[in-house]
Amino acid sequence: MPKGTGWKDIPIGGLILEAGNSAEYKTGGWRAFRPVRDAEKCIHCLFCWIYCPDSSILVQDEKMVGFDLEHCKGCGVCAQVCPTKCITMTPETEFEKEK
Amino acid sequence: MGKLIEIRWHARGGQGAVTAGKLLAETALGAGFYFQAFPDYGAERMGAPIRAYTRLSDSPITLHSPVLEPDVVIVLDPTLLGVVDVTEGLKENGVLLINTTEPPEEIRKRLNLEGKNIRIFTVDASTIAIQELGREITNTPMLGAFCVATGLLDLNKIMEQVRKDFGKKLRPDVVEANVRAIQRAAQEVKQG
Amino acid sequence: MREIMALDGNAAVAHAMRQINPDVVAAYPITPQTSTVQTFSEFVANGLVKTEFITVESEHSAMSACIGAAAAGARVMTATSSAGLAFMWEVLYIAASYRLPIVMLDVNRALSGPINIHCDHSDTMGAREAGWIQIFSENAQESYDNFIQAVRIAEHPDVLLPVMVMHDGFITSHAMERVELLSDEEVQSFVGEYKPAMPTLLDVHNPVTYGPLDFYDYYFEHKRQQVEGMAHAQEVILEVAREYEKLSGRRYGLFEAYRLEDAEVAIVVLSSTAGTTKAVVDKLRAQGKKVGLLKPRVFRPFPAKELADALRHLKAVAVMDRSISFGAMHNAGPLYLEVLSAQRIYGGNMPVVDYIFGLGGRDIVPAQIESVYDDLFRILETGQVERLVTYLGVRE
Repeated sequence: MPKGTGWKDIPIGGLILEAGNSAEYKTGGWRAFRPVRDAEKCIHCLFCWIYCPDSSILVQDEKMVGFDLEHCKGCGVCAQVCPTKCITMTPETEFEKEK
Repeated sequence: MGKLIEIRWHARGGQGAVTAGKLLAETALGAGFYFQAFPDYGAERMGAPIRAYTRLSDSPITLHSPVLEPDVVIVLDPTLLGVVDVTEGLKENGVLLINTTEPPEEIRKRLNLEGKNIRIFTVDASTIAIQELGREITNTPMLGAFCVATGLLDLNKIMEQVRKDFGKKLRPDVVEANVRAIQRAAQEVKQG
Repeated sequence: MREIMALDGNAAVAHAMRQINPDVVAAYPITPQTSTVQTFSEFVANGLVKTEFITVESEHSAMSACIGAAAAGARVMTATSSAGLAFMWEVLYIAASYRLPIVMLDVNRALSGPINIHCDHSDTMGAREAGWIQIFSENAQESYDNFIQAVRIAEHPDVLLPVMVMHDGFITSHAMERVELLSDEEVQSFVGEYKPAMPTLLDVHNPVTYGPLDFYDYYFEHKRQQVEGMAHAQEVILEVAREYEKLSGRRYGLFEAYRLEDAEVAIVVLSSTAGTTKAVVDKLRAQGKKVGLLKPRVFRPFPAKELADALRHLKAVAVMDRSISFGAMHNAGPLYLEVLSAQRIYGGNMPVVDYIFGLGGRDIVPAQIESVYDDLFRILETGQVERLVTYLGVRE
């Protein structure tokens, strides 16, 4: 039997009672290529932030500060649209080695 | 009334048989009777022969089947006599009320009802309708004749109901013309 | 003020809708349902109700609009018939699985083809597994009463399932009868102000999601919950009926037993034909024949135990089905199959036979019903069942 809550303890009708809980669904594990940013070359144009389909570009004070790797699926759109080509899609295997 | 009375209407589509059946039902409601009024829905085309039914009773009616053996048959259009068998299933001692210029004796001959215990009533409702309403809509005058032929409902009650029902939709002079048509038909209906 | 009116079945339900005064009605016309929504739309146009009346381009859209409105927290109704119900198919299941208390009139009409506008029960019976509560009505009065009760049944927090109320196409929908209406105030206070039992889409302070993907991880649990709602429905239906009886004086149950207690043989049949059968029962009783009738009112949830208990003392039973379950055992009708299963589990050893009748509006007359009782007595005499399924009124 698969893990999970029993029928008596879940909302009826398939309702999801909390808003914004898609954040709980971690999709980072889908990633084969990880975006790596060269901070020197980044001009903080935030094109990557506009295009990212998973809202995984982290921004503070209007500056690009990094990636939400729990949700980034590694699609590479950010690298494509970057005008300074400061993002490199790097195979996850390289980071495996680091571990 | 004492028992269930079943009525079958014969008309052509557009002649108001359904309206007449409903009017009769509403009058019956006012008189405290239970009733059903329902048409035989087939092809609903103007001019096609249609049947409609009314049941009246002083106790609740649970029957929901078509009327096969009517106590009363009402024919709104004389040209139907050669087209449909209007006496089909008509009960012994039943009433046959026809809109026609012919006298009851002629109708009895034409429909081979000689020697049969059927009470025949005729009234020239078409002429009455044309004279009073300006159109050959025979349903209301036939209701007047119905009251006299069957004695089941009070003529005044029918006229009251027409004033109430038609009054909602039609001009006062048209409503009164209908009432006059009912009265005339009640006076002119002949038994034979 | 209470009123006694001359109304056909469709108008009676339109009046029930007017008195309930729902928030939203989304509907598409189809014979023989049309006059229901047509009459109701006049009430809307004349300002007699506050209902938002949505005219849509199809029944699929009608039910979809109902689902959206119900999820948003509205009290919602619609009406359909035959092909219209079939076109709603997909969304019927969605209404039930989202647990939305939508109330719908289904005017029973044959499904095509060949195309036919007249009464049989193939439309409703086809939808019997969709998760809706299904309540059949014998006449205009019952349809009016059932429709009002349906609101309370559907919205009950232990149920939260959509309800389909049926009456026979043309036979009931277009036959004018004496109908006793409750007063508007009585209906209003009976149904009460609608307070959705579930969180709704328009509650911006408590945002929720309706209709997310639900795979093998939770779908099964949600179906199990639907069973629970259906299981509670029976008691709620009876509870609502008791309260309605206090108000109206008219009694309703899971089924109606007519002269059944001391009967030897009985017919089980739905809707208007049950009324005709009552007249036949009275006639045969006057001849000293011990015949009875059981008219199921609630088909979903099927009251198996109660029905088997009510039939147990009989020596032979005929079920009359106004539809065919093609390819089922002996190509019998759905009502027959339910009665048989009930008998298998809850007891009763008498022979039970099936009569398919009235398809596509074929007339059913008292003499035919009498012939069914004759057949049952013949089974008693001979101890033999010649045929499990008989086609009553088909030309050979």
